[in-house]
Formats: sequence, structure tokens, C-alpha cells
Amino acid sequence: MAATLAPPRLLPSGDAAIAVEFSRNVDDAANQRVLALDRALAEAPVSGVTETVPTYRSLLVHYDPTEISFNALGEKLASLAQRPLRPTTKSRRWRIPVSYGGEHGIDLEDVAKALNTSPETIVARHVAGDYRVAMIGFTPGWSYLSGLEKLLHMPRRQNPRLLTPAGTISIGGVQTGVQCLAGPSGWHLLGRTAVRTYQLHRDPIFLLEPGDRVTFFPVDAETFAEQDGAAQAGAIVAELMAP
Amino acid sequence: MSRLVIASIGPASSVQDGGRPGSQRYGLTPSGAMDRLALAAANTLVGNPLFAAAVEVGPFGAAFTARGGAVRIALTGASRSADVGGLAVALGTSTTLADGETLTLGLARGGSFSYLAIEGSFVGEPMFGSLAVNARAGLGSPYPRPLQAGDELLTATASGAAEQRIEIPAIDTGPIRVLLGPQDDEFADDAKKLFLEAEWKISATSDRMGYRLEGPVIRHLHGHNIVSDGTVNGSIQVPGNGAPIVLMPDRPTTGGYPKIATVISADFGRFAQIPAGTGFRFKTVSISEAQDAAQKFAALLRTLPDRLRAIESFDLNIEALQDANVAGSAVNAVDTGTWQ
Repeated sequence: MAATLAPPRLLPSGDAAIAVEFSRNVDDAANQRVLALDRALAEAPVSGVTETVPTYRSLLVHYDPTEISFNALGEKLASLAQRPLRPTTKSRRWRIPVSYGGEHGIDLEDVAKALNTSPETIVARHVAGDYRVAMIGFTPGWSYLSGLEKLLHMPRRQNPRLLTPAGTISIGGVQTGVQCLAGPSGWHLLGRTAVRTYQLHRDPIFLLEPGDRVTFFPVDAETFAEQDGAAQAGAIVAELMAP
Repeated sequence: MSRLVIASIGPASSVQDGGRPGSQRYGLTPSGAMDRLALAAANTLVGNPLFAAAVEVGPFGAAFTARGGAVRIALTGASRSADVGGLAVALGTSTTLADGETLTLGLARGGSFSYLAIEGSFVGEPMFGSLAVNARAGLGSPYPRPLQAGDELLTATASGAAEQRIEIPAIDTGPIRVLLGPQDDEFADDAKKLFLEAEWKISATSDRMGYRLEGPVIRHLHGHNIVSDGTVNGSIQVPGNGAPIVLMPDRPTTGGYPKIATVISADFGRFAQIPAGTGFRFKTVSISEAQDAAQKFAALLRTLPDRLRAIESFDLNIEALQDANVAGSAVNAVDTGTWQ
């Protein structure tokens, strides 16, 4: 197994960050290696590394160039990335409630039409998925999930919307996602969740970690409203499954 | 306690400090001062830690009034007129506003951002160790938004310490140094050459998230979509229209456009200060040159406290006098109208 691991590309992202790139594509195997390197750096910190940002295909390692050079850090990262993948340590599993369709998922009908199926089937398939948080980025708490089944793959919208609501659950390309804050999006809106993946003055402020597993379950609009009130008051709302 | 009241202020002015790195893996951008050297110099002048919170003043004018006691301040960054009751205040000096006095700032010239540091900084509730404003994420203190007229910063009453000036070596005015990549292989050699040889201007639609560049169209080899990866301050993304965007401290933490190059950390503040519409060029350096420049920049920050000078202890020449605030009173004594 170890012998088959291709070495990652070490790309300078300026003089204070290295992008450790395992693939150029959305690639589940690459994402596993990204998360494994991220974990390795968390377990045995390298002096001078200030923070890491996992993405689908690369790990961005921010560092202080007055403490460690590009070459010295690059060597360490290359050697860490070559270690065989350990059987993944237990990931946390979350169940996230979603109010699908209607005003909460304004694209559900159109998505069903475009994919030649019914809204019920889209929801059933989306709920059946077992997803992994591949990365969190763009804006606080925006969680990109891998594991969307092929039937639901769909190109992004031609005209991205400038404003989509907080808590939007959407699909775009081969991904699905949990969007925390209101903001622009070119994805198709299937529903909304009351779960805040980022909420100030709550412990924890950030709910999901890269590598966490996520499944969705449907709730009606009334339940969404109740959960939204509870979440506003600081409740986590998402269910953390026993390991 | 004293208060510094914002009597008037233009857009793009906010409380900033060293920012809040450490949570980019959750999509939280670091924010923080556009020009860290200028922030550090202003703080040094009033005895604060280098990256304490200060007011980042955008390109337009502003006025600040001390209330409830004296407030000691220092102004650095973009050159602009500054006066207290008609007496000029030099950039790079500390000065004390008596209760009721107003510091009035003109438009920025030859720069975009000035830093107004306040002795003892001001009262706020840090989140992730920072008071820096990031309005989108609801962060920033005492106001989680850009500053507005009527806002107040609660601060220590001036200590009465002797006023000082700071000597900073002249800032390099050469091309902005960049490292190619991380996705320069998404561009043909002639596109890279064009990027490096062109004269660029910063668009007026730029902000703390990104500076849009005006110049030639930079074409991609394979299209403009890449799988999102992490960004840094100074990442130069090229979106579909071929007009590069340089990412600034309020940037998205990940981005899906190819990054042709990255502004080196030592030149980032100088780049951030280039006013909209002013022509400039890029120049590539090697990673070791960039890291040498980072070492020098860090050394400059470290030695800022050694660069303080007492205001009375230098040669009496007009330029120095003007720099040092005493010229204000000297010339004013003759004719208040002549100095500016």
C-alpha cells in the first residue's frame, strides 16, 4: 500500500504557506490523504507551522518563514505525506435535520425536473447519503461534503444567486454542502437546516471539523421553525451519534 | 477614562489589529491591518504592543475628538494632511489631544490607509484574540462594522509621556515582488510574461476582500475553474474574465480560480497602499529571495522601538521641523494661513 502513494506536489503559496497538492481533481482518495496529513501535523506539531487548511485535493500549510524555510518544511511535509494511511481514527458522526423543498428549498422542483425524477426521490436519495466533511471554506462554517451519489450530480447554476439564506443545504457539481451564513451561491437549493455550523458565543463556535461524517434527515417546516428558535438561543440542534 | 469620538469618517475605515489567524480551516478569514508595518509603527509611537488595535482610516478624510480627558495618539501610513486646531501634525509622530480638541485628517495622497493608534489602545471584547472588524462574520469590537460618525472608543487618559517621532527607512518603490504559483502551470508562458511585463492599476471597486487589477486580459490554458484550494494574503487569482484579483485580509479562505502568483509577505503592505488608478508592475523573485525579504521585514518590525526619537533632539531644518509638529506652531505664529 505505502509504495503506491504518489508523492504530493509542494507548491509555494507565497513565502509563508505551502500547498501540499495530492490531486488536481475532486478525488476522495486525495482528500483522505489531505485529512491524514492534517491529522499528522495536529498530533506532532512542526515548529513554525501556524495553521492548516484542508481542501478536497490539497492541504495549505501556513508557516512563519522566520522560523522555518520552505525547503526544510517541504521536506518534512513530503516525508509525512508518504506515511501509509492508518485505518481512520473514529470520525465524529452528525445527523443534521433539513426542511426540504417549498420556500426552504426553492430549487427542489427544478432539480427533480432536470434529473427526470420526482422531488420525493431527490430528497430520499439526498437523505440516504453518507457524507464526509471534505473541507470548510469560503465563508465561516461553509462545509463542503463529499459522497454525493451520481444521480444527484448537476452542474452549478449559470447565474449564481447573490444572496442565499443562512442554513441552506444545496448541491453543486459532485458535492453537497451546509452553508452557515447568508451569502452568494451558484448551487441548487434543496432545503434549510436550523443547525449553525458557526455561531459566536456558543461552545463550540464551530460545529463541524474536516473529516467529520454527516447524514441528513427530513423535518417539516414547523419543526424547522422550532429548531431555529432553539438554535438562535444556542442549542446545537444537530445530533451527535454515539461512536 | 477618556473617549475618542469619531466626529466624521469616510467609508473603508474600521478597527484593525494583527487579525485572527488560526481558524481558516473553518472558513474564518484572518482580517487585520492592510499595512502591518504602518500599524506597528503607530502603536510603537504610543507605547502599545506592535499589533494592538488601532483605527485603519481609508482614503477619505476623518475627524476625531477627545472627550472626558486627554487622548494620546499617533498617525502613520498614507500621507495626508493632519491638524489639530489648525496646527499641522506630522505623520510618524505622537501627539496628545487635550479634552475637546479635534484631529482632522484630509484625503490620503500617495497611499490608501492611515493608522491612528491610541495610547493604551481602547476597550473592546476580543473574539479569537482580535478586535478586527469582519462585518460578514459579525466580528469586530467595539463595533462589528466599519466606523461611523458618532462612534466612540473608550480609552485610557493620556499618560503625559514625551512626544516622539519614529524613523523608518524609506520604503522601496520598485515593482511589487511576487512568487509564481501555486497554479502558474494553468497559464501559458506568454500569459505569464504578459502578467509580469504589463503595467497594472488597482480598480476603484477594490476593497478589503480583494483588489481588482486593470490591465491586459490574462488567458488561462484550460479554463478558469480549478478545484478550490486555500488562499493567502496576496494570492493573485485570475477569474474567467482574465482580470486578476489580489486577495486581501478579508478574503475568502478558499478559492476556485487559478492563482498565477502571490505577492511576497514583505511587500504586501506596500501593495495594499497603492492608490486606485496608480500604475505599478510586478516582478518575480525566488523563494529564497522572498524568505530573505521576510526576515528583513521581521527585523524591521523588531527594531521599531529602537527607532523612536525624542522630538526636540534633531537638527533644525525646515523639513525636520515640518515632520515634527513643532513647525506647526513656529510657522503658525507668523501666519496661520501659510503653512499648508
